[in-house]
Amino acid sequence: MSKRLIDLQHITKSYDGQMILDDLNLYIRENEFLTLLGPSGCGKTTTLRIIGGFETPDQGTVIFDGKNITELAPNQRQLNTVFQKYALFPHMSIAENIAFGLKIRKKSKAYIDDKIKYALKLVNLEGFEKRSVNSLSGGQQQRIAIARAIVNEPKVLLLDEPLGALDLKLRQDMQYELIRLKNELGITFVYVTHDQEEALTMSDTIVVMNQGYIQQVGTPQDIYNEPVNAFVADFIGESNIISGTMLKDCLVQILNVKFPCVDEGFGANVPVDVVIRPEDVELVSPEQGMLTGEVTSLIFKGVHWEMEVLANGYEWLVQATQMHPVGDHVGIWVAPDNIQIMNKPESNDEKAVESDA
Amino acid sequence: MRNLKRQLLAGPYLLWMAGFILLPLIVILYYAFTTTGGNFTFLNVSSITFSVHFKALILSLKLALICTLICLVLSYPLAMILNNMKAKSQNFIVFIFILPMWMNFMLRILAWRMLLSNHGVINSLLDTIGLPRLDILNTPTAVVFCMVYDFLPFMILPIYNSMARISSDVIEAARDLGANSITIFFKVIVPLTLSGVLSGIIMVFVPALTSFAVSDLLGGGKVLLIGNVIEQAFMQEYNWNLGSGLSFVLMIFVIASMALMNSWGDENGAGVW
Amino acid sequence: MIRKSVERFYLILIFLFLYLPIGVLIVLSFNNSKSKVHWGGFTLKWYQKLFSNSAILEAFSTTIVISLASALIATILGVLAALGIDAMKKRGQAILLGATNIPLLNADIVTGISMMLLFVRFTRLGMSTVLIAHITFNIPYVILNVLPKLKQSSRTAYEAALDLGATPLYAFRKIVWPQILPGVLSGFLMAMTMSLDDFSVTYFTKGAGINTLSTMIYTEMRKGIRPEMYALSTLLFLIALGLLLFMNFGPSAQKQRQQ
Repeated sequence: MSKRLIDLQHITKSYDGQMILDDLNLYIRENEFLTLLGPSGCGKTTTLRIIGGFETPDQGTVIFDGKNITELAPNQRQLNTVFQKYALFPHMSIAENIAFGLKIRKKSKAYIDDKIKYALKLVNLEGFEKRSVNSLSGGQQQRIAIARAIVNEPKVLLLDEPLGALDLKLRQDMQYELIRLKNELGITFVYVTHDQEEALTMSDTIVVMNQGYIQQVGTPQDIYNEPVNAFVADFIGESNIISGTMLKDCLVQILNVKFPCVDEGFGANVPVDVVIRPEDVELVSPEQGMLTGEVTSLIFKGVHWEMEVLANGYEWLVQATQMHPVGDHVGIWVAPDNIQIMNKPESNDEKAVESDA
Repeated sequence: MRNLKRQLLAGPYLLWMAGFILLPLIVILYYAFTTTGGNFTFLNVSSITFSVHFKALILSLKLALICTLICLVLSYPLAMILNNMKAKSQNFIVFIFILPMWMNFMLRILAWRMLLSNHGVINSLLDTIGLPRLDILNTPTAVVFCMVYDFLPFMILPIYNSMARISSDVIEAARDLGANSITIFFKVIVPLTLSGVLSGIIMVFVPALTSFAVSDLLGGGKVLLIGNVIEQAFMQEYNWNLGSGLSFVLMIFVIASMALMNSWGDENGAGVW
Repeated sequence: MIRKSVERFYLILIFLFLYLPIGVLIVLSFNNSKSKVHWGGFTLKWYQKLFSNSAILEAFSTTIVISLASALIATILGVLAALGIDAMKKRGQAILLGATNIPLLNADIVTGISMMLLFVRFTRLGMSTVLIAHITFNIPYVILNVLPKLKQSSRTAYEAALDLGATPLYAFRKIVWPQILPGVLSGFLMAMTMSLDDFSVTYFTKGAGINTLSTMIYTEMRKGIRPEMYALSTLLFLIALGLLLFMNFGPSAQKQRQQ
């Protein structure tokens, strides 16, 4: 495991009496691609701005490479930001934009020219030195914003929804570009987005946030397969989230049907939330099903069919490669290890989750 | 087809412009280059080299430059302070700085004439606190004072507008890349407000250069600007040819100063229009 | 902290510079003594004198008539022109806009003189020549306010209206007009302001018989300052204050801000 590069300790921040971040604790390892994921207003951008130095936390400390940088101005930090709306300098050429940080650091002209060439090559925009900012497309501007940041050899690159303004195809291309860049540069990326797919595709670590609290930290696989609460389950991909009762270890009752599962240690007769991913719901003949229901809608999604099945009063979302026409009676079956059990919210911050989910 | 029909809507305006903008300019050119008898001559235009005329032109240029400079120096920090204010109070404060512009131009001159006069408020105040009197009425200083007062809002507004247009992202990006406040000011804020500064300069310099009312009323007949010379040629001497010739020269100076500003703006990547 | 107080001090200084002259005028308009310095007690007699001075009242009404009429006619011509210019190709637009800038950028004194030279060839100087001159320098302000709104207004919305069966005129009234209306209004107001404030152009095109406030005050001031002028200044300042307050913070402005 590589060392902790950035450590956020007990960060609290509020604006106009409204709490944005409440006692946030988070560390970021060297060379990892960490994504802050959450809906708008969850505090992810504020967290990024605190790391970048554009905001000072009301309480708490920011440790960077072992040093307390909480009060350090942005221009003295060894990290650079790629802004959501690119924030290129409109009065400068591409080359001047990229050279901005280097000139401040009083680098030699030869060094700067070299760096500009290198950076433009890295973002696949060779020969763009003389162009003006306004002549570039959104995707190109974003690449220049990245180039402008990385020539300064920051230890950490902060990216604030950098792909938000781009169209779908371009966004997907840029995702791969960013992964490649990160590998070539070998530096830490802290990435902010509200797009769960983007987070799953690129990250080493995902931090899911809501209403100023961290909900879950983990690898994309962890977050997707084992969400710790209903909010994470709902925010990451689609899911069926159903209230149920844990009867005993490895047996849960939902919608008046007993389902065998693999979770233990919740106790007996405890109310829980149950998460079942739509692709994990298997449609079988009515006799084989654990419960039966009727197909109420059918949509073709390309790689699979998406159906809604009304069974025991709940609309199950189902994704399958085989279709059942609307009106069909089907059985529903779920493998025990595809059933994810979560505690009902108890603490305050978990309630916040509940109200949003 | 439909497009052509829509273009025709500009027709009345085109006629109007031809009749009341272009035609008058042609007439003034005609007068400028003819004698009272209608013969061609350069004399009206070249009379600018007469010492009285030339002195007036030089004084006009000098006062206009000083006035523009003072307005710029006063306005830039003001625009920055306004721009840094909270959005709520900003509207109101900007409003306060536009309001005097809405008072009649003549009444603003009247106010200064009264303030600066020998028995006026400023001198009485100076008397009371025992300071020497300020005898500037009927001097170029008074004229500059009043011009600054008149034209200051024309400098504040464009600079303030161009400053308000700079997105905070760009400032933050510069800081992120290591720039301190001084660097940000000179490398980002100044270049990005250059277009505002240039239009402010033109909006102050041209009226200051061509004004005749301020110098007439606050100069007591002792401050003769090129505008006064032209006005007298028309209204007192009834020498329309001479007046037109000098107007032509004035027009050349206005165009030249704007071209100068424009090319300077282009070099710095900020066109005025 | 220090910076904040320096900034505040600077704001106050400029504020004083801008308002001290106006403030003194207002105070003196209520001063019973003719002196510019000594307070001779409160009086409204200058206001009475002002309202019994027929020359001032006539100039006032002339000013209002000319600024309203010229702004109105300029708005009509300007809006039509903006619609036409908007439909033109880039080059035509550039040429026309360049020509539109001439009266804006040219020295007032030259604009006034050139028009006077033209007018005296065909007619006597008077109210109508002043009106024509004011319309001429007002049109550009209308065009420059309306054109950006036209460019912003979505072309697709207009086409959608046609697609839904609207006639071009109906589509214009229901789709384009509401979108450019704020520009039309601000153009009208700006034109009116320019007309109210104009001195140079009026001075050369007015002829002997008539006066606007600007030219009348000018003539008066050459003779000397009369206290009625203070009263006039006070009233005009209050009118400007009221108008601007209404425009900036009145009901329509609130609505616009909410959008």
